[in-house]
Amino acid sequence: MAGPKTTASSVSSSSSANALQTLWKAYNDTTSPRLKLVDTFLVFLMLSGVVQFVYCILVTNFPFNAFLAGFGSCVGQFVLTASLRTQVNPTNRSEFKDVSPERAFAEFALGSIVLHFFVYNFLG
Amino acid sequence: MAVAYSLPSDVSPATVTNTRSLLRIIALALISGAAIASRLFAVINFESIIHEFDPWFNYRATRVLASEGFYEFWNWFDPTAWYPLGRVVGGTIYPGLMATSGVIYNVLHALHLPVDIRNICVLLAPGFSALTAWSTYMFTKEMKDESAGLLAAAFIGIVPGYISRSVAGSYDNEAIAIFLLMFTFFCWIKALKTGSALFGTLAALFYFYMVAAWGGYAFITNMIPLHSLALILMGRYSSRLYVAYSSWYAIGTLASMQVPFVGFQPVRTSEHMAALGVFGLLQIVAFAELVRTHVSSKQFQSLLYASVIGMGILGAGAIIGLTYKGWIAPWTGRFYSLWDTGYAKIHIPIIASVSEHQPTAWPSFFMDLHSLVFLFPAGVVMCFRQLRDEHVFVIIYAVVASYFAGVMVRLMLTLTPVVCVAAAIAFSSLLDTYIEPTEPDVADDSSGKIAETAPAVDAASSGSSTAVSASSSTAKKTKKAPTAPPSVSAVAAAMTPSKKGEKPRGIFGLDTRFIVLLNAVGMLLFFVLHCTWVTSTAYSSPSVVLASQNPDGSQHIIDDFREAYYWLRQNTPENSVVMSWWDYGYQIAGMADRATLVDNNTWNNTHIATVGKAMSSSEEVAYPILRKHDVDYVLIIFGGLLGYSGDDINKFLWMVRIAQGVWPDEIQEPNYFTPKGEYKVDDMASPTMKNSLMYKMSYYRFPELFGTSQAIDRVRGQQIPKAGTTLDYLDEAFTSENWIVRIYQVKKEDILGRDLKSANAFAQGKKRKRTKPPVRRKATV
Repeated sequence: MAGPKTTASSVSSSSSANALQTLWKAYNDTTSPRLKLVDTFLVFLMLSGVVQFVYCILVTNFPFNAFLAGFGSCVGQFVLTASLRTQVNPTNRSEFKDVSPERAFAEFALGSIVLHFFVYNFLG
Repeated sequence: MAVAYSLPSDVSPATVTNTRSLLRIIALALISGAAIASRLFAVINFESIIHEFDPWFNYRATRVLASEGFYEFWNWFDPTAWYPLGRVVGGTIYPGLMATSGVIYNVLHALHLPVDIRNICVLLAPGFSALTAWSTYMFTKEMKDESAGLLAAAFIGIVPGYISRSVAGSYDNEAIAIFLLMFTFFCWIKALKTGSALFGTLAALFYFYMVAAWGGYAFITNMIPLHSLALILMGRYSSRLYVAYSSWYAIGTLASMQVPFVGFQPVRTSEHMAALGVFGLLQIVAFAELVRTHVSSKQFQSLLYASVIGMGILGAGAIIGLTYKGWIAPWTGRFYSLWDTGYAKIHIPIIASVSEHQPTAWPSFFMDLHSLVFLFPAGVVMCFRQLRDEHVFVIIYAVVASYFAGVMVRLMLTLTPVVCVAAAIAFSSLLDTYIEPTEPDVADDSSGKIAETAPAVDAASSGSSTAVSASSSTAKKTKKAPTAPPSVSAVAAAMTPSKKGEKPRGIFGLDTRFIVLLNAVGMLLFFVLHCTWVTSTAYSSPSVVLASQNPDGSQHIIDDFREAYYWLRQNTPENSVVMSWWDYGYQIAGMADRATLVDNNTWNNTHIATVGKAMSSSEEVAYPILRKHDVDYVLIIFGGLLGYSGDDINKFLWMVRIAQGVWPDEIQEPNYFTPKGEYKVDDMASPTMKNSLMYKMSYYRFPELFGTSQAIDRVRGQQIPKAGTTLDYLDEAFTSENWIVRIYQVKKEDILGRDLKSANAFAQGKKRKRTKPPVRRKATV
């Protein structure tokens, strides 16, 4: 959901660098600044999650619950933000008849609060 | 348009809506009342008492929680269970049930309602059954409409399959778990339908509650991913699915790890990997969908699909690889026993020994579900006809739960809700069709009418599934499907003409309507009668207190269990240790308040096998085991006098099998059978059987009771040898009124250092035989 990502580029680097440029262009053209802001946050969350994961693998996973809480907060916040992005995306308007953008943000806030309550409890 | 009967036309739409919702509320209230009331048979016939085995532990834990507070409960180490090991209770239970009762207790006391904790525990299950009815209503409402929801609520309220685990006093995890199961599913369906993260979060919260309450939460953990996967594979991926699943999984998984007993299992065991895998798959699919909206190049898209499939395979490979490396625990034996019904008997006899883990007998489906059994497939077929996303859920749930219910008796409980939902969908379609007043426009003569209605009526009265589906198709046509979405009526319209041409279909006249409706209502009536009868006769026995009938028909209460446990409580030192088979561990701890060697927690197979070995060995072998474990009393259940079939001699073979699993060269099952391979307790019984501690304790002094006539064991219908058994290492301490509970005291070592057998012989004035070699095994101190 997070716009153009580095993972996608690694898969398709050799064959379709051209197509990737088209994608980037199409993305820049059609996405509103608000959604771009959300996408930036998504990229940040993803990088943060990757860093924690690499740390866990390379250094230690010792307080395993702390790792899970940190990683879980990144993943959880990522999917909640991605959900928000999907819900407010004007192209998906037809799919979300019951969820107005305002309600989407309220749901996002509630979900995040619940998520971080558990994260905080699990950090130990 | 012609109508069969006219409806009043001078009522404003607002009045109709208001009256409808009022009637719905009243109906739900009455259903809740009926659900609670039918569970009170146990209290009325017996008394307000905790039932069976596991509830006694839950009750004991709740008392600790209520009297000492949550932190004490959380850190509770119970030194009296699993003596001498002890048990960390806080970390080895699902605390949801106790926490619920504790909260209710504290709220009531804050309101100055001094309700006893025991009554809260006894009445918790009936109370939650009312909530279950409500959540089933909500769930079914999402599937069809309110009237189907009300029917489903009424069904689940009184269906015996659910009552069996939720009568008053049955204070077990399932009491609240079924409510949580249905409500989580409702939230999930709602989240999926609206694409709202709020309902996803709610589903996660109730999932958390479920995880805290019942080990069966794994059912939800796998049902929701299965549903999502099916939707993706059917090409029904939508952003709503992404929102619902992601918010549920991300929050729910993190939440479930807060329960100490679950711990890191959600990321480390195979049972939970399906959910993780589907989560990953959804992320990839969602990303691919997003990219697809931006780029329309054909080549790029095929590349994208290839990479999605590749990443999916890569992810599955990673999970399998981690399993082989041991980082993810492979499937447990309990899981395998679901697929191979013979597995448990070979590898984990302790699971197979529990009666509720046996495969279900066919009659019990009818016993537990009555007429819903044959409405159920009809409802599933109705789901196929509409097949919106939520109907896929019901279909998958129905298939999976039907299978599981066939494998294990206790999983009938998870089948029951979906049976009620599907049956309500089918039944309400039938009612819709036949109550609807509009008649089809007749172009031709009345012969067409008879041909049209007669088969429908015939089939409906026989109650088969075809009747309902056939009548439902007529419903679609006549009603023009006001409640169903346009797609449904389109499907119905597309299907009907191809089969029947343009001929109008529907129900004519009042007589046909009445015939079908009377049959249907009659079936409901029989359902109610059956449910009430089953509940009052089969499912309301506390099994702590037994009932029999006097010759004049009045009830006679057999209260041996409590008599014996009370005797233990009053007459033994507080720190004494009681050995019994694990079934009675929780009851001894709860009612007699004494330390036990093993109990229903069954976490330590070796410890249970030790008890099994002591019970199935001869006295000389058993005595050192008893002394080493500081056993002061041995408690056994003996039904031979009264004909109580759930006694220890009938369970004895399981003790042998479990002991054999750990000491294969000391205990062998075949030794306990007669040469012909029969399990006998009379003269023909094998010597090993006759010398076993369990046999000796059961029949000690039993023939004396019959005087000169032949002693008969009324459970097994066999004659007990007159000579009777002798006990050298144990003393009979207590035998209850009807001999159901017998308690023996373990003798201390002889003060003169003799072994107890010769000491006993000396005390009885027998001369010691010089020629006989000394007893091999000497009691060790």
